[in-house]
Amino acid sequence: MYCLLKLAPLFLAVAVCNGWLFGDFVGKQKEQDEISLWPLPQKFQSSAVAFKLSPASFQIVHAKQSSAGPSCGLLENAFRRYFEYIFGDLKKPEKSRKKVYDSDLVELQVWVTSADPKCDDFPSLQTDESYELSIDEPSAVLKAANVWGALRGLETFSQLVYEDYYGVNNINKTDISDFPRFAHRGILLDSSRHFLPLKVILANLEAMAMNKFNVFHWHIVDDQSFPYMSRTFPELSQKGAYHPFTHVYTPSDVKMVIEFARMRGIRVIPEFDTPGHTESWGNGIKDLLTPCYSGSSPSGTFGPVNPILNSSYDFMTQFFKEISTVFPDAYIHLGGDEVDFRCWESNPDIEKFMAQQGFGTDYSKLESFYIQRLLDIVAATKKGYMVWQEVFDNGVKLKDDTVVEVWMGNKMEEELQNVTRAGFTTILSAPWYLDYISYGQDWQHYYKVEPLSFPGTDAQKKLVIGGEACLWGEYVDATNLTPRLWPRASAVAERLWSDKSVTDVGNAYNRLVQHRCRMVKRGIPAEPLFVGHCRQEYKGL
Amino acid sequence: MYCLLKLAPLFLAVAVCNGWLFGDFVGKQKEQDEISLWPLPQKFQSSAVAFKLSPASFQIVHAKQSSAGPSCGLLENAFRRYELHSPLFTFEPVLLYDSDLVELQVWVTSADPECDGFPSLQTDESYELSIDEPSAVLKAANVWGALRGLETFSQLVYEDYYGVNNINKTDISDFPRFAHRGILLDSSRHFLPLKVILANLEAMAMNKFNVFHWHIVDDQSFPYMSRTFPELSQKGAYHPFTHVYTPSDVKMVIEFARMRGIRVIPEFDTPGHTESWGNGQLDLLTPCYSGSSPSGTFGPVNPILNSSYDFMTQFFKEISTVFPDAYIHLGGDEVDFRCWESNPDIQKFMAQQGFGTDYSKLESFYIQRTQSKGYMVWQEVFDNGVKLKDDTVVEVWMGNKMEEELQNVTRAGFTTILSAPWYLDYISYGQDWQHYYKVEPLSFPGTDAQKKLVIGGEACLWGEYVDATNLTPRLWPRASAVAERLWSDKSVTDVGNAYNRLVQHRCRMVKRGIPAEPLFVGHCRQEYKGL
Repeated sequence: MYCLLKLAPLFLAVAVCNGWLFGDFVGKQKEQDEISLWPLPQKFQSSAVAFKLSPASFQIVHAKQSSAGPSCGLLENAFRRYFEYIFGDLKKPEKSRKKVYDSDLVELQVWVTSADPKCDDFPSLQTDESYELSIDEPSAVLKAANVWGALRGLETFSQLVYEDYYGVNNINKTDISDFPRFAHRGILLDSSRHFLPLKVILANLEAMAMNKFNVFHWHIVDDQSFPYMSRTFPELSQKGAYHPFTHVYTPSDVKMVIEFARMRGIRVIPEFDTPGHTESWGNGIKDLLTPCYSGSSPSGTFGPVNPILNSSYDFMTQFFKEISTVFPDAYIHLGGDEVDFRCWESNPDIEKFMAQQGFGTDYSKLESFYIQRLLDIVAATKKGYMVWQEVFDNGVKLKDDTVVEVWMGNKMEEELQNVTRAGFTTILSAPWYLDYISYGQDWQHYYKVEPLSFPGTDAQKKLVIGGEACLWGEYVDATNLTPRLWPRASAVAERLWSDKSVTDVGNAYNRLVQHRCRMVKRGIPAEPLFVGHCRQEYKGL
Repeated sequence: MYCLLKLAPLFLAVAVCNGWLFGDFVGKQKEQDEISLWPLPQKFQSSAVAFKLSPASFQIVHAKQSSAGPSCGLLENAFRRYELHSPLFTFEPVLLYDSDLVELQVWVTSADPECDGFPSLQTDESYELSIDEPSAVLKAANVWGALRGLETFSQLVYEDYYGVNNINKTDISDFPRFAHRGILLDSSRHFLPLKVILANLEAMAMNKFNVFHWHIVDDQSFPYMSRTFPELSQKGAYHPFTHVYTPSDVKMVIEFARMRGIRVIPEFDTPGHTESWGNGQLDLLTPCYSGSSPSGTFGPVNPILNSSYDFMTQFFKEISTVFPDAYIHLGGDEVDFRCWESNPDIQKFMAQQGFGTDYSKLESFYIQRTQSKGYMVWQEVFDNGVKLKDDTVVEVWMGNKMEEELQNVTRAGFTTILSAPWYLDYISYGQDWQHYYKVEPLSFPGTDAQKKLVIGGEACLWGEYVDATNLTPRLWPRASAVAERLWSDKSVTDVGNAYNRLVQHRCRMVKRGIPAEPLFVGHCRQEYKGL
């Protein structure tokens, strides 16, 4: 055990001591074993030549040619973050440095090449996240079109640094050219079944950045509670949250989440799921939900949003107008899943309306009627939308840029075929419902999923723009969410970022063991994959 | 949602507003629903009359008649702990109102309060609690019962609508159904920092558990730092400095547990599960053979060398002085015979002893020679017919034929504890605590005398998939289900009622700093503040 431990820091050096290794990692199992990059870059070459990094002299700086400079707050912030990840939060030692040796790496130059570095922008579905990284003395160079690629490259750079036998930070001569396989790589968190304190959300955004995730799908409200504090309709959270003060997200909380995510190249896509999953909305907005009937009189319970009242649409118009200004992303997730028709069926006014519209007894037509009007409302705010697969299945007319999220485990491939045949972009979450736990290394199942294995044309496959790992909130809150999500979600991260050919589970295991220890060292309580230890164990509880 | 929240603090008051309720809780589902005591006391009566507790005036004190006084460090420490749980001291002028509860008098009745003793299997943990103005009285034979009563007292306190601490007029007479109520933690598959162990001892006390079964070493690592054989952890731990328990760490665990009425029973599992021992102890393990030559790998402890027994004698001499409990767990489970079978010296020895090819006889031969003070063993040791001392505790852990095993062990006259249904490392989606809750340890066919030999059980959280990052929320409140099964009356089996109380109990743990995970959707007034 002791011997193993001593060897750990030498892994990288030993792995590559036969000079340069070329290739894109396909079929090079041996070398992969000892490298703990996660997710694995697309193209990679490394040599045994190692440089030392001194906390006294090493710097991350803007390259002279870079379009970004000290006024780029996003990068300045990132430089400090990654310096701390690499060297720990040691106070920077006194300036008695200046002793630079030949074998030192003195700086990482970050070179943003396009005229507009996008320092103050938000990442989007179209964002170019590619980067090139060249480690050589005396300077390493990270080249990217914009800050978003630079962020990804900084993470990779920090993962290349390892401690040698004496605890000195080393990095090997390396060239990397990297880009994501899929553009949409998301994590869904659910703050309605359990309220998630801001601290938990921010910590998970940190962990997402460490895994190159770029979308936070915020399932913010649902039946159980409405923690989003609306300026237009404050009674929604006043009456719909678990507690109106301690269990809500204020406008400034939401702003902080969005900015914290932006600094890490992560989009925030809020989900306001209607017409089902809306019980908590009804507490604050009278007449929004359908009154259910028991026989000929109202039973006192309520069902989905009432689709036959104009007031419902007036409310949605105002509400989504607010949402479209609060959340800068081009997309809003409108939900549309699991609508229970029983309440609608029981209500005589709804029955009458169905007859008038000629819907017969096909309540999915009523659902479509609602969704269609909602989509028009949201489209008027200039936002794109995402929906759960039922909306597509029910034949609702969708805008061309709609993203359909496939979540149902059965007939998943068939659904992907249908959605893409109809020409819609889609993301996959069906195989990645991480709230379903079981004994053992379930991360391997998530890892083995190939999103493009369904039968279809190349054009169809191009429409699959990514996927999401979903951690629904029934059984998780601040006490257990973070260790349950990480490193299981890391398996999804690599599937969505790395090349299709990166499928060796044994190799992934070796890298992921080290990656999870890296997360622990950075303060994320990522749970263990199996027996073993981290040099630095988690210090919290 | 909002309405529900407002009502929560009123639960207790509402529940009992029809005057006194008598009974031992059997069949009184309605009243149980609103009471968040966990585990449920054996006998309980409560009224709607509520007293207020002022942080300025309320005190926990020794009763005049008590044999324990200010020199009883264990109780003084406990008084402070429980005053912190029911919040805050201020030093404002003391204004007493008629409706105030001004003190809890703790009355230890036996001549020796056992302030400086250690809890044992024979410890009397019963207590009586009477809440009435102006003083509440907690009566127990010794400090161990007093500790259990203090926990119950703290669970009776609730905040009213204005945030004031209230407690209702109540009488409780309580005692555990089973004497051995344990939690197994495994510090070998993953090293558990001291902080994690201490936090879980805290949580154990909140659930009236009284045994910490410390599966301290195993194949994967040897974090116990031995004074006699320091090379065991130097070479066998994951890291010789950062991943070990020093003698003072072990002392701290034992004392921290003692202060909470918890026994610490260390397990040093042999002859199998010993790979990490071999790193520091040359020739201790059996060399496995591949054909006619050693393969370079090692198997169980080598049972044919005198040196093995000399080592064990010295080692367990140390262990028996370091750990004060009357019992040591000697393991004895899952011995893999393949290595022994491969070794020609072992084969020769088998022939000499007349064991034929029955390697369980060799195992028994080994176990027989390593017995020390009181010991616990895993069920295989009994199954293999090893001759055991009368006071041996056999731990039944195999899920299949569990009832048959309980029958056999008790028919042979041995005391036993049950852990088979409570392997909490096996996780699944949903509310698995209900399965643990529904277990009835005495459902096996047998005489009353046999049933009496079942002295308790243990919830086991084996360490393959847990470490400091996820252990505590994975254990709590799932282990709480086992806690109630082992403490409360056999008749306390209503899952719906248990759910309601457990929801509140888990929020109480969260409030006290334990990251106990949620049972299902909902919220705690005070959510966990850590990560």
